[in-house]
Amino acid sequence: MKTRVLGLVALTAVVAVTLVALFVVPPDRNQGDAQRIMYPHVASAWLAYLSFGVTALAGIGWLWKRDLRLDAVAHAAAEIGVMFTAFAIWGGMMWGRPIWGVFWQWEDPRLTTTALLLALYVGYLLLRRLTDDPERRATRAAIVGIVAAIDIPIVHFSVEWWRGLHQTATIGSPDRVLNPAAPGIFVGTLFGTLAAFTLTWLYLMIRRYQLERAELAREEARRMDLLMSARTAAVPR
Amino acid sequence: MSNLRTEARVALAVARKDAVAELRGRHATVSTLFFAAVVLLLFGFALGPDAARLAAAAPGMLWLAVVFAGILAVNRLHLLETDDGALEQLALYPVSRRAIYAGKALGGFAVMLLLGVVVLGTVGVLFAVDIAGAWLPLLVTVVLGAAGVAAVGTFYAGVTVRLRAREVMLPLLMLPVLAPLLLGAVKATSAALTGDPFGELGAWLQLLVAFDIIMVVAGAATYGYLLEDG
Repeated sequence: MKTRVLGLVALTAVVAVTLVALFVVPPDRNQGDAQRIMYPHVASAWLAYLSFGVTALAGIGWLWKRDLRLDAVAHAAAEIGVMFTAFAIWGGMMWGRPIWGVFWQWEDPRLTTTALLLALYVGYLLLRRLTDDPERRATRAAIVGIVAAIDIPIVHFSVEWWRGLHQTATIGSPDRVLNPAAPGIFVGTLFGTLAAFTLTWLYLMIRRYQLERAELAREEARRMDLLMSARTAAVPR
Repeated sequence: MSNLRTEARVALAVARKDAVAELRGRHATVSTLFFAAVVLLLFGFALGPDAARLAAAAPGMLWLAVVFAGILAVNRLHLLETDDGALEQLALYPVSRRAIYAGKALGGFAVMLLLGVVVLGTVGVLFAVDIAGAWLPLLVTVVLGAAGVAAVGTFYAGVTVRLRAREVMLPLLMLPVLAPLLLGAVKATSAALTGDPFGELGAWLQLLVAFDIIMVVAGAATYGYLLEDG
């Protein structure tokens, strides 16, 4: 019931910020309407990083406490994180086409880092699917999730360097809007979008977690069933 | 202190075991080396025959060949352990897991080092790149790159060795993590080959050192969980 209320609030908030971002905020002077993509784009990127941070922390928690609920949190966060990462890349490409003239800009460290991020966590999810035993799956996933999280800053740093030694800053990076010189309405809309998206993330996390627990319970029940029927078959009366 | 010495001895024993198994007629290293050579040959066909273009692409081809062949090498070293439940035996030994990881990684490092040196020589011959003029920075780059691939590869080979879809999952998990290493090694190699006009060689080597240290520590800290129930 409480979760449903949260879901309704999140939905209303997302609709509200979408309307504001599309119709209330004036278009950017340099980038025009394309700049509006920035609001969901930045919010998605933030949630991607939040998710993968949660995956790594929950993984550490599993290795420490051996509680499968923590593994369920890690899995839920990774899955939702992959979704938001894909969304962030898609938004970035849609924005890049009119502003840079190309979908893919190799010199933008964020874009290339995010693509590697997607690869890292798609690998994480595939690894989970390939392991049947819940505890073994949790351990493998936990350490892969931790090492992936360690790798993210190194990737970002190295890609930044890789390009930075040759090229000056790209035109109109999305971050410019965040600087204090930007008009208040842009900043306000961005923070509104961040809040609405984060609420949605929280709702999705709770639902995905519940689903994961239900799946695990069903797996367990089936295993017990098999065990019982094997026992009755072994002891004929 | 003596504890550390024991761990070093365990690591050396594990590495030695792999080396002996390798030398006694398992020809994995030889086939890995030939695989790398074939990759280089195909790169030549894909990008050639313009000599200037090939020489410019040489550092990238060098490291892609090393990384691709490295997947086979680290996989092979862990596959040895799946025969007759050897990995379970290894896990039962009352020694520190860090030491076992270090031993496996050390064996991987030896193979990767050999691979790196051979591929470097092959690149020099095939793509007319002057290796002798900058042998020292190139050798340092190869050592650091080989260490990084071995550290990451040993860890992921341990994760995937018991999976059915091991052949796909190992590269899928390992390659994105190796991206910073690839970047740093390619940049360091091309800086060394061009006489380092921008003075960036040291910075890239530092990146490789940092990557290696972080990945060795991460691998050593988590490998034990893999042996216990991964």
